[in-house]
Amino acid sequence: MRGRAGNSVEAEMAGAEGEDSLYPIAVLIDELRNEDVQLRLNSIKKLSTIALALGVERTRTELIPFLTDTIYDEDEVLLALAEQLGNFTMLVGGPEYVHCLLPPLESLATVEETVVRDKAVESLRKISQEHSPVDLEVHFEPLVKRLASGDWFTSRTSACGLFSVCYPRVSNTVKAEIRQHFRTLCSDETPMVRRAAASKLGEFAKVLELDYVKSDIIPLFTALASDEQDSVRLLAVEACVSIATLLPQEDLETLVMSTLRQAAEDKSWRVRYMVADKFSELQKAVGPEITKNDLVPAFQNLLKDCEAEVRAAAANKVKEFCENLPEDSRETLIMSHVLPCVKELVSDTNQHVKSALASVIMGLSTILGKDNTVEHLLPLFLVQLKDECPEVRLNIISNLDCVNEVIGIRQLSQSLLPAIVELAEDAKWRVRLAIIEYMPLLAGQLGVEFFDEKLNSLCMAWLVDHVYAIREAATCNLMKLVEKFGAEWAQNTIVPKVLGMSNDPNYLHRMTTLFCIKALSEACGQEITTKHMLPVVLKMSNDQVANVRFNVAKCLQKIGPVIDSNALQAEVKPVLEKLATDQDMDVKYFAQEAISGIFSLPLFRVFLLDFTFTLNFVPMMSRNEYRF
Amino acid sequence: MEGDGGSEIKQWCLSQVKGAIDDDVTEADIISAVEFNHSGELLATGDRGGRIVIFQQEQESKTLAHSRGEYNVYSTFQSHEPEFDYLKSLEIEEKINKIRWLPQKNAAHFLLSTNDKTIKLWKISERDKRPEGYNLKEEDGRYKDPTSVTTLRVPVFQPMDLMVEASPRRVYANAHTYHINSISVNSDNETYLSADDLRINLWHLDFTDRSFNIVDIKPTNMEELTEVITASEFHPLQCNTFVYGSSKGSVRLCDMRAAALCDQHSKLFEEPEDPSARSFFSEIISSVSDVKFSHSGRYMMTRDYLTIKIWDLNMESQPVETYQVHEYLRSKLCSLYENDCIFDKFECCWSHDDSEVMTGSYNNFFRMFGRDGQAGVTLEASWESSSPRCPLRPWRVCAGSRRKEDEIGVDCLDFSRKILHTSWHPQDGIIAMATVNNLYIFQEKLN
Repeated sequence: MRGRAGNSVEAEMAGAEGEDSLYPIAVLIDELRNEDVQLRLNSIKKLSTIALALGVERTRTELIPFLTDTIYDEDEVLLALAEQLGNFTMLVGGPEYVHCLLPPLESLATVEETVVRDKAVESLRKISQEHSPVDLEVHFEPLVKRLASGDWFTSRTSACGLFSVCYPRVSNTVKAEIRQHFRTLCSDETPMVRRAAASKLGEFAKVLELDYVKSDIIPLFTALASDEQDSVRLLAVEACVSIATLLPQEDLETLVMSTLRQAAEDKSWRVRYMVADKFSELQKAVGPEITKNDLVPAFQNLLKDCEAEVRAAAANKVKEFCENLPEDSRETLIMSHVLPCVKELVSDTNQHVKSALASVIMGLSTILGKDNTVEHLLPLFLVQLKDECPEVRLNIISNLDCVNEVIGIRQLSQSLLPAIVELAEDAKWRVRLAIIEYMPLLAGQLGVEFFDEKLNSLCMAWLVDHVYAIREAATCNLMKLVEKFGAEWAQNTIVPKVLGMSNDPNYLHRMTTLFCIKALSEACGQEITTKHMLPVVLKMSNDQVANVRFNVAKCLQKIGPVIDSNALQAEVKPVLEKLATDQDMDVKYFAQEAISGIFSLPLFRVFLLDFTFTLNFVPMMSRNEYRF
Repeated sequence: MEGDGGSEIKQWCLSQVKGAIDDDVTEADIISAVEFNHSGELLATGDRGGRIVIFQQEQESKTLAHSRGEYNVYSTFQSHEPEFDYLKSLEIEEKINKIRWLPQKNAAHFLLSTNDKTIKLWKISERDKRPEGYNLKEEDGRYKDPTSVTTLRVPVFQPMDLMVEASPRRVYANAHTYHINSISVNSDNETYLSADDLRINLWHLDFTDRSFNIVDIKPTNMEELTEVITASEFHPLQCNTFVYGSSKGSVRLCDMRAAALCDQHSKLFEEPEDPSARSFFSEIISSVSDVKFSHSGRYMMTRDYLTIKIWDLNMESQPVETYQVHEYLRSKLCSLYENDCIFDKFECCWSHDDSEVMTGSYNNFFRMFGRDGQAGVTLEASWESSSPRCPLRPWRVCAGSRRKEDEIGVDCLDFSRKILHTSWHPQDGIIAMATVNNLYIFQEKLN
């Protein structure tokens, strides 16, 4: 009797003080099954809050079973759930109870959606570490086995990712079983599972004892590398990197190299592509001797492959491959074996190949030194600079700095300049746009002197381009140049030309002046802005074209913070006031915007006293108030 | 026991007819695709109204010796809706052009369906549990007084009536300028191809935002266009091999290992034209309306207007077998051209053991050919003239006016009743085909 009475008092108390705390949790729980996915997702993301409120026991006995059955939900909800469960150990009562999390994760590991499965596997891997060795064998390992022998391939693919985490922590008998399961999955009837196994082969090899790597993994590797499906074979290439790293040098030749050689000459271009793509890793894994004897010829073949995708992948690796060649024979190998292939690629029929090469070829100059660069590489750069494909030319230009370091700017400029000018005047405006974007970079690489001499006029020419996007980019470009070369340079070279355009008969060019001033004011600083730019802007407020006038207002608003306050009060304000009474609606609007923008808080009170409010003005003020 | 029963003529019985049986057919009800899944347990049909109906084979009666399970409606859903392409001012019909099942990967079933432009991946899954118990409302939806909530309640899953849901999982759009005529799932289980008149694209099932163009036969100048792609399929076992048939009657086999772009074929299957039989219609009737690999992957069947040809993949010069489907129409080509029937695209299919092939014809006739040399048989899909469990009566079509009971004159054929879409159970003697708006299912007679 006493017990019962005690309980009810407790319940009452919980009810009294729990009202505020229970209600939000109750809402969260109810929304776990709301019709709106967003609300369900929201609830799932706060699963830890729910679990905390329920306590560890109810979480284990009620919440987890409910979640186990929720696998009908949308992918995004399942994905969030799979992620949450990876961090749930403390919420079910700590490592002692962590195995309660296995059932929901097991069902999530069998759904069809790859991202959800992968996340479930990731969480399983995470919580596997929280299992005691005993629990690992009693609970976790049976789950892996169930997944590995599941009816559907979704569960078998998930199993592949779990072997490596339990293997190091189980007894020898169980280890043998795990190896057996992995073997079975490597020869599964569905390619999906073989692919999953192949992609985990390297990872599994890492946790195996070296003897088993040789006796178990190598045969599996060889089998997967000659699978009938090329999608499986190509994954074996990836595994090759990890396996080769594990084996002692003397075993590589007998255990790995024949398979690798075969992959590099595979009938399927996708496999060869993979070899090309992983070439640097492979090179590091097999070491300098094998590289010299085997990989150099293999690389030559990949550079000459009949499939453009393969050539492009190999071309991408040219620099890294050369860098990683053993130092003693590097130059000879490059000059005699790699460079001849590179020369051919420069005039490849496929532009992706040329473009891939162009993105790395400049890097060879640092490896080969000045003389070789001038003699052998410079002609190739020139060919690529004149390539019909703009991407190739751009890749060359954007990597000029490394050549600059090796051979010096003078030599470079003579060959380079014509190509750049050509790009800058390309008939396609997107090409011009792309080269503009490289100008600041180029300017930085070539230095101010060279720039003034050769490129400045180009930059100014873009300001009067007939395409707006180019004029806009040119404006932005000027700003970056000023940031690079400084205000003084700006005042001497750019500002006069920009200001000169304010008298252009074409109103679009006059507007460009305003845009430039807007962009440059900050970089140029207060003095130049107030002394040189402001008068021009103010003068333009009398322009007959309304677009120019309201751009004056916008420009003044932008440069306001840079101008000294005396000028602001004495010169800018009257002009804006006048514009605020302009007959054009837009001019009026932007003038008012500018007034409220420039003369906001610090000047606000002065402002109030000075002005008689027009009806127009009141809303502007109230709009301003929101800003405080 | 009937091991060498190949020489014996198999008999077929009408099993089921689905769809309304009256003459007034609405356009939307016309069936445009029929496809068994890989186990044969499910049969999907698509129609011009963009709907997909899935039938499931009854499990219980499978154990009965003399009949196979009947197919009952399992799920019906709207796969495609009519759309309008505002850029090209084109209406996009909702008509389902093809349905292809994915190999089963878990308890749910997946299929790809396509109209002219957009391919969709559907998941068909069962649900037999539902969560019960709210904290803040009653099960009927009335809200409780929030102050009455003193304990938290976690919902519990309770059994409920089986519910079959079809949910769209992926939409693969905006990759085809022309009309999609084929989709085919690769044996690698992760990619599929889709073919339109001039191009073939390769998709990964998980990615809807990119596909790779693997064949492009569009000439730079469209006035030079002489040939279009009419059908395409992946090899059932070799993931790198696919074929496509053309309007000129040739079939090209491509090897995706050789290059990323398969504009260059590795084999060209083409029969030299007989100059004496050449006519105005030669090219039209030689257009490949369907191409299907045998289950073994050794052979390939093509259907053109008048024949079925079977090719050995190792011999490109001529087919190893040719079957006349309705040779009697050769004299009628002129009128078939006038009523547009000559452009009908008949499908064809292999029996589960590759020993027979089947295709449709006019007058609701369908033709079955045993590959061991027996002459083909003409059967009729008709609920009026056949009764359940009784073997179908074979027909003969003759040119003359004198007719026996089982004969019909060419002039009496009804060209508005045609069987274009056919599918053969992948493991069993069950065939399904669409007459205009009816689905017919026939079973091989069991002894």
